[in-house]
Amino acid sequence: MSDDAPTDEEAPLPASGGTPPKGGRDSDERRRVHDLWVAGTEEPSWVATATDEGAQELLPEDLDPALATQRGVAVVDDYGEQPRLDDEELQVLNMGPQHPATHGVLRLQIELEGETIRRVKPIIGYLHTGMEKTGETLTFMQGGTNVTRMDYLSPFHNELCFALATEQLLDVDIPERAQAIRILMTELNRVASHLIWLATFGLDIGALSMMLYGWREREVVLEFFEKVTGLRMNHNYIRAGGVAADLPEGWEADVEHIIDIVRTGLADYEALLNENPIFIERTQGIGVITPAEVHAYGVTGANARAAGVEYDVRKVFPYSGIERYEFDVPVGEHGDAFDRYIVRMEEMRQSLHIVEQVVETMPPGDYRTDDRKVTPPPRQRIDESMEALIHHFKLFTSGFEVPAGEVYQAVESPRGELGMYVVSKGGTRPWRLHVRTPSFATVQALPVMMTDLLVADVIATLASLDPVLGDVDR
Amino acid sequence: MTDESQIDAVIPAASLVAEAADSAELSSFTPRGGQTQVIIDVARDDYPAVVHAALDAGYETFTDLCAVDHLAREPRFDVVVNLLSQQYGERLRIKVGLSNEDPSLASITTIYAGADFYERETWDLFGIVFDGHPDLSRLLMPDEWEGHPLRKDFQVGAIPVEFKATR
Repeated sequence: MSDDAPTDEEAPLPASGGTPPKGGRDSDERRRVHDLWVAGTEEPSWVATATDEGAQELLPEDLDPALATQRGVAVVDDYGEQPRLDDEELQVLNMGPQHPATHGVLRLQIELEGETIRRVKPIIGYLHTGMEKTGETLTFMQGGTNVTRMDYLSPFHNELCFALATEQLLDVDIPERAQAIRILMTELNRVASHLIWLATFGLDIGALSMMLYGWREREVVLEFFEKVTGLRMNHNYIRAGGVAADLPEGWEADVEHIIDIVRTGLADYEALLNENPIFIERTQGIGVITPAEVHAYGVTGANARAAGVEYDVRKVFPYSGIERYEFDVPVGEHGDAFDRYIVRMEEMRQSLHIVEQVVETMPPGDYRTDDRKVTPPPRQRIDESMEALIHHFKLFTSGFEVPAGEVYQAVESPRGELGMYVVSKGGTRPWRLHVRTPSFATVQALPVMMTDLLVADVIATLASLDPVLGDVDR
Repeated sequence: MTDESQIDAVIPAASLVAEAADSAELSSFTPRGGQTQVIIDVARDDYPAVVHAALDAGYETFTDLCAVDHLAREPRFDVVVNLLSQQYGERLRIKVGLSNEDPSLASITTIYAGADFYERETWDLFGIVFDGHPDLSRLLMPDEWEGHPLRKDFQVGAIPVEFKATR
């Protein structure tokens, strides 16, 4: 420390907003860059040294522990109980949060005995952006833009769930066409999401070509989404009262094209994988979960159905008129990675079957409710009437008021039961928006599935479960 | 709201759960175009017994656990547990009020193993202590975080973010 050190203490870093103290530091004391250090040492031993490069002068040193935890470089064994360190064979392996096969930023702390996993601790929160808190600050009208970003692979399901919850509190009727459009979009979204799952599943267990095929077919679906909503992801298309816009001209041909392409694709994938000995070897009997564990941990969706638990929100608690369409719920038997694959492949076929029926039976009519409480007046009226203009303006600035009440609404997202618990106190914003995400429950159950497997099976198990970390951390 | 006798006819399992404790009050309502919402309000001391009764009555699936901060209300917090019975096709919501002075509640991880992460999340974001939880630590927020962000008196944007050290 040089003579300037006391100056440092007198003028600490400004908390926020204030102007930084001038001339308090000379070059020796300039913040050092510390990208890497050896975990477990008393004092972090810096690898990099001082530099004048502006952007590389990172966070203040007192934030280092937090930074280390966030990056996952500080390997601290924080199991609830003491590790069995007396056994020389035991070692702690830290997988993630930047491991490519964790599908986001999941960190797994794995305790190994040789190559066998003895304990797993999932550590989450790296992608936590406080979306439930944000949801409380946005109006019910704006809320769709928030929730659609949670599970970024199935944005339509998030929007639908939020819209349905809001509509129940509002007590408005939704036209049949709007309901059918919602089913069309969510079921296509399920196909797109499962294709991504299949692509990454193949990638993770070594079937690299699967990744290219899955992405290629999903692209066709996303192009249709872009045509309808203007965006490939995060659409904010399904809103309280209906949908944002009617389907474009010629949508039937586009959807039929998707059905053809994906159906052909599915047959190809199955030819590629179903009897592939490496694929079978790596997935059968891996990551098994029993029905009792499924219930206790709240695992839902294809992961639960692969274990023989026949629960599908669409059948038990139908929403948005899904009960009008005919479809089967595929159920597995063994609860392992292979059964999850079989179930998801069949789910895609069933979703395409639903989409087919929607195309055949799309009812005419309005794509959103004519209830002026939630729907802005038509464009034409705004030109004629000052009141209509004011109403339009009020609706998009302060939003509509939702009566006090609380409601839990669930939809079947590609990952399982997506539930939203909305509490309103009679304002234009939700008092509380809690999202029960399927991936959260799945990640919680990882230790059950991974214990006593080999370390190589971690990837296969994780990939077969299809967790989305945006869904986990919110 | 429906009266007790109607509920008996529709949801036998839920009324069975409500009988488990004197303080348990059963209510339900059906929003238009939505599913019937069955709610049991229960006092803090009876909460584990009621949750246990729910498991015995056939609510085999743990769905959700979260909290609501009502701020000005007394009791300030509600802990809300969502359970599901796949065999009856029914949901059950159990609500417990907690005061600001002593926001603590018995953990139900021994009844439903899946409550583990949900109780950690609720502690993390609301500061509600779950007695008997095996590892009650921060889940979503960084370990060094101070405060519980989903409380209503925790302001949005009050945390200074510095991307660069200042001289």
